[in-house]
Amino acid sequence: MKTGHIIGLGIIAIAIVIIMTSIGDASSYESFTTAKEMKHNGEDKAIHVVGHLKKDTSGEVTGLNVREDKVSFTFMLVDNEGVEQEVFYNEPVPADFTRSESVVVIGSYKNEEIFIADKILMKCPSKYQETEVQAAGM
Amino acid sequence: MINTFIGNLGHFMTIVAFVSALTTAYAYIQYFRANEIEKANWRRFSRISFAVHGISAVMIAVSLFEIIYNHRFEYFYAYSHSSEALPVHYMISSFWEGQEGAFILWIFWNVVLGTILIFTNKFWEAPVMVVFALVQAFLVSMILGVVIGDLKIGSSPFILLREATQAPIFQMNPDFVPEDGTGLNPLLQNIWMVIHPPTLFLGYASTLVPFAFLMGGLVTKKYSEWIRPALPWAIFSAMILGMGIIMGAYWAYVTLNFGGYWNWDPVENAVYVPWLILVASIHTMITFKKSATALKTSMILVIMTFILVLYATFLVRSGVLGDASVHSFTDLGLSGQLLIYMLFFLFVAVVLCVKEWKNIPTSEKEASVYSREFWVFIGATTLSLMAFQVILPTSIPAWNAMVESFGGISNMAPPADQIEFYTKFQLWFAVVLAMLTAVGQFFWWQKMDKKALKDALLTPYIISVLLSAAIIVLAKVYDWQYIIVVLAGTFTITANSVILFKILKKSSFKLAGGSLAHIGLGMILIGIMFSSGYSDTISINMSGLTYSNSWEDELNKEHVLLWINKPTQMKDYTVIYRGRQKKVKGISENVPAKILEPTGEVNEALALEDYKDYFQKGEKVDIVLEENDYFQIEYYQNEVLKFSLSPMSQFNEGMGGLISSPASRIFIDRDLYTYVAAMNDSEDPEWKEDETYEVAPGEQFHVADYVTYFDGADVLKELDGYVLQEGDVAVRANLRILDYDVEKLLQPTFIIRNNQVGKLPVIDNELGLKISLENILPEQNKFVFKVNQYQKDYVVMKAIVKPYINVLWIGTIIMLAGFSVAIFRRFDEFKKMRDKGLEV
Repeated sequence: MKTGHIIGLGIIAIAIVIIMTSIGDASSYESFTTAKEMKHNGEDKAIHVVGHLKKDTSGEVTGLNVREDKVSFTFMLVDNEGVEQEVFYNEPVPADFTRSESVVVIGSYKNEEIFIADKILMKCPSKYQETEVQAAGM
Repeated sequence: MINTFIGNLGHFMTIVAFVSALTTAYAYIQYFRANEIEKANWRRFSRISFAVHGISAVMIAVSLFEIIYNHRFEYFYAYSHSSEALPVHYMISSFWEGQEGAFILWIFWNVVLGTILIFTNKFWEAPVMVVFALVQAFLVSMILGVVIGDLKIGSSPFILLREATQAPIFQMNPDFVPEDGTGLNPLLQNIWMVIHPPTLFLGYASTLVPFAFLMGGLVTKKYSEWIRPALPWAIFSAMILGMGIIMGAYWAYVTLNFGGYWNWDPVENAVYVPWLILVASIHTMITFKKSATALKTSMILVIMTFILVLYATFLVRSGVLGDASVHSFTDLGLSGQLLIYMLFFLFVAVVLCVKEWKNIPTSEKEASVYSREFWVFIGATTLSLMAFQVILPTSIPAWNAMVESFGGISNMAPPADQIEFYTKFQLWFAVVLAMLTAVGQFFWWQKMDKKALKDALLTPYIISVLLSAAIIVLAKVYDWQYIIVVLAGTFTITANSVILFKILKKSSFKLAGGSLAHIGLGMILIGIMFSSGYSDTISINMSGLTYSNSWEDELNKEHVLLWINKPTQMKDYTVIYRGRQKKVKGISENVPAKILEPTGEVNEALALEDYKDYFQKGEKVDIVLEENDYFQIEYYQNEVLKFSLSPMSQFNEGMGGLISSPASRIFIDRDLYTYVAAMNDSEDPEWKEDETYEVAPGEQFHVADYVTYFDGADVLKELDGYVLQEGDVAVRANLRILDYDVEKLLQPTFIIRNNQVGKLPVIDNELGLKISLENILPEQNKFVFKVNQYQKDYVVMKAIVKPYINVLWIGTIIMLAGFSVAIFRRFDEFKKMRDKGLEV
């Protein structure tokens, strides 16, 4: 066999390994219900859940519970199927957190009650969508 | 009054630029085909057409900058990217904060590059400029802003605010002009953001040059001659793009609170991948010039580089990344246009290649393991695999979008821990690369067989093992993975240094580009290993708080809560938060925020006290960006103040909250990197209920937790800000409050006028106290104070030590220097051949 062929096979082998790990390590978007099922099945992989913060009738965010030392907090997230879940995040509250339109939590269930987020992505109302132009000049 | 002239001018120039780009393409095609008699005419016409295009492109940029510079907030672009308070150099950043501005920048660079090519390279002018003009037509179409029925072509930066928003105010008053814009994202208010985007876009733009030469080569059937003029440009492109990437990384390191310089974010990956392929193409092109092999590989890599730049632009600017990126990019509805742009050039390149493939010369001989071609080829392959490993997961959102557009459902998400995921591949690939550069360089400069190789590698091998051993022992590198990284890094540094030394002794510095760049690579590798692998978060919370959940106790809390004036232990340091500061124009150090009172004017404050020699009480001072707060944090070791750091934070309503920038203490062997993660909001405090104290002068008591001395009261003859009349009585109490090592004097005042009582309370935001003198009881010789409490000032901070990060920065500089030397050499080569008339 020529050196060229060995190298060619080697490249293909590495490419396959890369593709397999990319699929294997890829996370997925889930709801809290399916995430809980995964936990029951013993899958501890971190997954993405998209949702929004729980709000009361007047539109204020409720269920935000900042720890006394201010370096971690829990909050209530409602996923797209309407399931509520308490989520713990081991970081200080991001400043624009309560203003976010939607929140993506990346993490997994620690136990039956609590979902632990390793990372939070927030989508904030874009400033471009401001319908109210600051009327300071009036 | 609304100025519509400048916007119309800009929009008109955009249309001119678009039409002239198409004309230029057509004219150069005619020039290319024309017979000898007509050639001169077509050439003149083509050049005039390109000149018109160039001038209109410059005018687009000038119009947009005029709008920003003169604060024309009736324009959407100025309103949403700029504000009155911005200094001129940040207006430049506003220019390219929006995507339209970024496209203009790109267009501008292409014009510059095209002009240089016309003047330096007559032979290739026609085919190269056809490609240039077509690219320009696509780019200008992105900012065209023409609507035909439901079809929207491009997003114009010259639209008025009233056209962009449906704000009700425009129904009442169409000529309404907002007083101020919403400002520039504070994260972009950084000197690196003034120079990083132009560099990056010059890098993007210059990838077009080798691609255009290749297309020209295929059309003119000069399958190999295109390499000589293309090569210096390819190296130039790699140098500039590499510099752009490094600047971006450095910007992220000094302004973002990511905690590092590289985050494997899709936006970062999107520039990293084309750069890798570009570097691979340079290596195969150089090989071709030496030994006439790897021509087809070079072609494929050059095409891939250009297409990947377009693909990166598509990923980043089409909005397809959506949730996957922490960078927010607005979808301007350009995704279709960007896709067509990419597919068009992919199609053209593939068709031309397929058509000419049979005619492209190849070398049939099998590359021996002892030939340089073999090693360069392995290197290029490794680079390509690295690129493949990164682009695959980065494309997951695009994959989802594609599946969904065909009606399917795909819930794939990018890897949850991106840093870990990418590192486990890229680190080992980089180790392989480092080894290859060391070995490859020896093959490059001498003829090798088994014995010669052994002899050549023995010395660098021994030196690098000794050097690694020293590094491993001294820097305590005990992880086997990192030991391998150190070995590979030092091996490539020593091997390439040996080569460098030989080159310098034998011939000129001009040939040293390769070995210099490779030495840089080795240093980068070692620098990344130390600064990331051994980065140490020292701000571990030791508050000793026990949590209600046992699992919570197991988690490391990687931030510390610092109350003002309270010493807190953080590894080797005792740190004390000392309060907020502002930056004042003309003063190099920061000024305590509490002695500055905003006047209501933009960036202006009134001094409440004298401050050193800089200003006096009552003076007006100019503040540099008044929204910025600097949090002064002092670092003590053995009770001695070593230094203080002031990480910045800005509460920005328009941008959605707190925006933080780190502050770092730079030592030779490490950086101490800190940033503020949360802070007290003292804007609108919710005071707790009243507490009253009856105290006699000279008495000591406790206000909240503070030991407080009531040192008695004075009757005042005059009072700041008040006119005392005949018969008025003003009494000021002196309260000394102790907070750790700080003593504060708070002086609430009490005024009696015509049996009416007036109270002037004092508010101390740092202590979170409001104290007023409520009453004076002369019979009992007692004073009555009313106290309201609020939160004492605090910050939540993260601090990370990053060892040997300077090795990384020095490595990047050496690598870029290597690229520069190579550009010089290859351009010189091209020029000599051209001037001899040997170059076609």
